[in-house]
Amino acid sequence: MPQPIDRDEVRRLVDRGAQLVEVLPPNEYEEDHLPGAISMPLRRLEKEARSSLDRGRPVVVYCWDSA
Amino acid sequence: MYDYEDGKLDWLAAGLPSEGTNAERPRAGDVARKDVPTCRLDERLGDVRDRVREAGWDACVVLNEERVVFGLLRSKELETNPDRRIEEAMRPGPSTFRPFVSIEEMAAFMIEHDLDSSPITTSDGRLVGLLRRQDAAKAALELHEREHHSDGGKA
Repeated sequence: MPQPIDRDEVRRLVDRGAQLVEVLPPNEYEEDHLPGAISMPLRRLEKEARSSLDRGRPVVVYCWDSA
Repeated sequence: MYDYEDGKLDWLAAGLPSEGTNAERPRAGDVARKDVPTCRLDERLGDVRDRVREAGWDACVVLNEERVVFGLLRSKELETNPDRRIEEAMRPGPSTFRPFVSIEEMAAFMIEHDLDSSPITTSDGRLVGLLRRQDAAKAALELHEREHHSDGGKA
């Protein structure tokens, strides 16, 4: 179960090399995403995570909001 | 693995930088004036008016210690009894907008609702700057001309 974090913690983790993953549809990612984030829509996350992400670095996933 | 539960909306609403096609177009937070005069609730109106005039402005945003917006003073309020406290004189609870709103949307809204200016704030109400209608309209027009010209002048 992913650990919930806030904005300040995101920035701290990214400064220490965490990977940012946006799970929204690609067109939403294209419009706006956090600096350095990669696009991995939710339905592809499980399939692509192992091949696309570095297991040695923390991963931070995010969506649009908490709804 | 970590979950940034409040998500992209929270990030953008805080005025933090982003990447993508929207990030290349001016937004409310980019055009808002960061040098707008500010004051506290317990100040004397006359003192604030002098300060605002000296700075060459005709508006002032009322903040608390944490820079949360409480109200707005425009010319009409600034010209009233100088011995009034700001808390009495101000327009409380003005409509505020988030930094990530597009400048075209802001310009259209401000013109339609005849707003001279609007505070731009983060999601927790802290002031980013004051967006003036003339600045919003100018930026929206410049954006339109830039994009129109990049289309080769197509209508």
